[in-house]
Amino acid sequence: MAETSAAPRSFQEIILRLQAYWAAQGCAVLQPYDMEVGAGTFHPATTLRSLGTKPWAAAYVQPSRRPTDGRYGENPNRLQHYYQYQVIIKPSPPDLQALYLGSLAAIGIDLSVHDIRFVEDDWESPTLGAWGLGWEVWCDGMEVSQFTYFQQVGGHDCRPVSGELTYGLERLAMYVMGVDHVMDMPFNDPSAPIPLTYGDIFRQTEEEYSRHNFDGATTEMLFRHFEDAEAECQRLLDFPAEDPKTGKHIVMAHPAYDQCIKASHIFNLLDARGVISVTERQAYIGRVRALAKKCADAFRLTEAGADAPLAEAGA
Amino acid sequence: MPDLLIELFSEEIPARMQGMARDELRKRVTDGLVEAGLTYASAGAFSTPRRLVLAVEELTAESRPVREERKGPNTSAPAAALEGFLRSTGLTVDQLEKRADKKGEVWFAVIERPGRTAAEIVAEVLEATIRNFPWPKSMRWGAGSLRWVRPLHSILCILSDEGGASVVPLTVEGIAAGNSTEGHRFMAPGRFAVSSFEDYAARLRRARVMLDQGEREAAIWSQAQNLAFAQGLEVVEDKGLLAEVAGLVEWPVPLMGRIGEDFLGLPPEVLQTSMKEHQKFFSVKNPKTGRIEGFVTVANIETPDHGATILKGNQKVLAARLSDARFFWENDLRVARAGMGEWAEGLKSVTFHNKLGSQADRVERIAALAREIAPLVGADAGDAERAARIAKLDLRSSMVGEFPELQGTMGRYYALEALKSDPPRPPSEPAPGLTRGLGEAEGGPGSSPGRGGNPIADAARDHYSPLGPSDAVPTEPVSVAVALADKLDTLTGFWAIDEKPTGSKDPFALRRAALGVIRLVLGNGVRGLELYHTFAIGWNAHTIPGFWAKIAAGNASLKAGKVPPPEPIDMEWITRRNAVIADLVSFFYDRLKVYLRDQGVRHDVIDACLSLPGADDLTLLVKRATALSDTLKTEDGANLIQGFKRANNILTQAEQKDGVEYSFGADPTYAEGPEERALFRALDEAEARIGPAMQAEDFPAAMAAMAALRAPIDAFFTAVQINTDNATVRRNRLNLLHRIRAVCSGVADLSRIEG
Repeated sequence: MAETSAAPRSFQEIILRLQAYWAAQGCAVLQPYDMEVGAGTFHPATTLRSLGTKPWAAAYVQPSRRPTDGRYGENPNRLQHYYQYQVIIKPSPPDLQALYLGSLAAIGIDLSVHDIRFVEDDWESPTLGAWGLGWEVWCDGMEVSQFTYFQQVGGHDCRPVSGELTYGLERLAMYVMGVDHVMDMPFNDPSAPIPLTYGDIFRQTEEEYSRHNFDGATTEMLFRHFEDAEAECQRLLDFPAEDPKTGKHIVMAHPAYDQCIKASHIFNLLDARGVISVTERQAYIGRVRALAKKCADAFRLTEAGADAPLAEAGA
Repeated sequence: MPDLLIELFSEEIPARMQGMARDELRKRVTDGLVEAGLTYASAGAFSTPRRLVLAVEELTAESRPVREERKGPNTSAPAAALEGFLRSTGLTVDQLEKRADKKGEVWFAVIERPGRTAAEIVAEVLEATIRNFPWPKSMRWGAGSLRWVRPLHSILCILSDEGGASVVPLTVEGIAAGNSTEGHRFMAPGRFAVSSFEDYAARLRRARVMLDQGEREAAIWSQAQNLAFAQGLEVVEDKGLLAEVAGLVEWPVPLMGRIGEDFLGLPPEVLQTSMKEHQKFFSVKNPKTGRIEGFVTVANIETPDHGATILKGNQKVLAARLSDARFFWENDLRVARAGMGEWAEGLKSVTFHNKLGSQADRVERIAALAREIAPLVGADAGDAERAARIAKLDLRSSMVGEFPELQGTMGRYYALEALKSDPPRPPSEPAPGLTRGLGEAEGGPGSSPGRGGNPIADAARDHYSPLGPSDAVPTEPVSVAVALADKLDTLTGFWAIDEKPTGSKDPFALRRAALGVIRLVLGNGVRGLELYHTFAIGWNAHTIPGFWAKIAAGNASLKAGKVPPPEPIDMEWITRRNAVIADLVSFFYDRLKVYLRDQGVRHDVIDACLSLPGADDLTLLVKRATALSDTLKTEDGANLIQGFKRANNILTQAEQKDGVEYSFGADPTYAEGPEERALFRALDEAEARIGPAMQAEDFPAAMAAMAALRAPIDAFFTAVQINTDNATVRRNRLNLLHRIRAVCSGVADLSRIEG
């Protein structure tokens, strides 16, 4: 079994250890996507790259926003802005469970004194038209990760199947370090010349964004932006693949997908503002899903998303 | 004879699927073996989260050789026929024989299948089983195309006898069968080889895996009880949870913890639900106080600190969960104490069904209907209406938002809180008479509040009942009124928008609702709830906007002595209404037949009782049907049916032939023999007894009087010829038969009885 590392002393140390661990397993350590997303899955390194036959292995931190979860920084466990750690490997390796357990040991979880369990939890993202089977991973009764074998993304069957790991970083770190309130968690080393807690960095922004999400954001503008993003996504995909300027085959799958991400985040904001009724909700989710599917279709026409020629894929 | 051992080792199989997987593995493999010509003594299937296991004892070592002869087409038949025959037999022409037959020369195939070894057959059967396994949800992984519930890692498949064990050669999607497996993921990692089932089970136990689900369940239950008992507490039994938890661990280690003082004020149902749903904890009760004070969690590992770290972690997670629950509870109580107006307002924005309006619309209808039904069930109309208005409010509470299964339970708590400041009033002024029959009586004997519980608050909890066949029927009158109104509104609503159950599809659980009404009515002996009339009210409420307000306005102007002008009659609307209601009533009768069948009353017996007036009063109908059913079980009753049918058939034939109806009173002066005169007397007597007995609803007496006709009718048919040459006598006898039919039909339509 994996050797347990010493207890980490800060939030960032846990992130650094995960980065080092997954880099050592051969993952490309990517940086966060530079847009507002609800979860690490939305990063094109996961959604788009899980399509097609080309092998892929990436790990990254993704700041994630869930406007409705804002609690003005007061709730010990709930934030409207938080971090996910995401690992995506295609095809899923046969020892993915063992690799995952190794990562827990790397952040100081001693597997001989904790109770780690894989509890059925099938994952589905209605906005991405994606689903997979897997588990939520429990450590002493607490959900610390989501473990999923992708079966379908953007309406496309995943062949081969990607294995996806998602760690809720704050929750995991609080557990490992025995912290009760997220704002009290050391962000950098507590013995650093300028020690900073999570609260030093995020308490104020949680307050500001909570107010923004629930009361401040201008809904008329957001409704308009939703329409704009939706239209732009469609428009970008309607371009003929042949670029007259360069003569190259260029499908604008990623720029279009950016608009899909944007629409999804705007929808989340509108939801937090409480201006979307139950029936409308389904309709909006359906509109975002339609965009995600179109982007997936487009990505499959690109070099990165195409099926490799048989000789290559069969290797 | 060898024993067979199969283990399919995978990543964690969902607990809820393991039972079905054990059954399917045993069935599919053993069926396959038997089909291929092997026999076995016994087979047992086992599962843990990571393995699915089958042990078959005393399998025959090989199948017998089989020689099969098959007759093919005539040798002169077209080439296509011969080709088809070759395809189906897998032979070539030179392997066929020509034989003489009645119709000429015919192709014959002699197929000899040599006996096959058990290993060969097992390999084939196991591969087919794996590839076709009926998991409720299955997946692919990596670059492969095999589907399994989660990635399949290894296959152990050995045949063993005194001489030792051998691996069955078999490869599925690159996984070659072997003789080794793994132990507990954390306590005994690493592979080891096994030589038989006994060896396998013993080695697994040493490697900290308890193979048998039943043994794990028993171990969890006894250890959990011991832990609780040691502290003077007891574990709350939950068989479903026990099975689930046993499917989540290979080596169960129960640990007991206490719930923090801060949370003991939460309702026990909340503690139990939160711990079970989120954490899969058993609840631990203090038998002295009845309070839930602790929990048992089941770990999958023995640790050097005897579970201290695990317990501490679980306790922490529980505290976070219960903090949420307490937050919901306190928030909800605040709304409840303020009269729950916020929730009532909120129900307006919750759609019940897009064609049936909001939950608030629905509550309005249920409240009005509950008021109508109240007098029939002995409830105060005002209480019933009030209870109906309160019953659904908890759907807007935070707690029910988090735990939908607590609907009703929370409703009662919140209603109690709301009613503290506004207790139910004493039996009220008469309900305004709204419609025929209903709504006239005042509060019955059961309407006074405060007997034991609070009937209005209790109705919030009990009006959903009965949910399943084992769920008890409410008896408190207010609950009964609201429960009936709720279900009747749902049924008429979905019938009005034509969303009826079809085949196996019943997304709105309408069959259950109808059965609920039937059980509520019969269980409480409710009289006067006539289906046609009740459904008409329901239909009106669903199709006339503002129906109840119009009724109230109409009543008010009547009170003031003004007769409201009649509204124009829409014949089309009435025609549709009548058709829909007739359909709904017949749906009810069908449900009633299913329900009574289980109680031993045949469907034709119910049909026989449907022709009488008042059949849409279910209590009355069932009283009649039960009496008739009992009568038919007596010798006289059963034979009477034969006599009745004979009389009925002769009469019907004669009426058809003669083109007349023989319904003139038969005249006893034309009676010829003693048997005929006796029948006249018997009919007079029966008629005299049946009428009053039916009037008094003494159905057994009426049935007995009818059954008493059996002997005179039998004697009459033995002695008398109906179709005599004397036309007058014949006519008189046919009229006599008509009297038999008439007298019996005052009790039931016996022509509907089968057999």
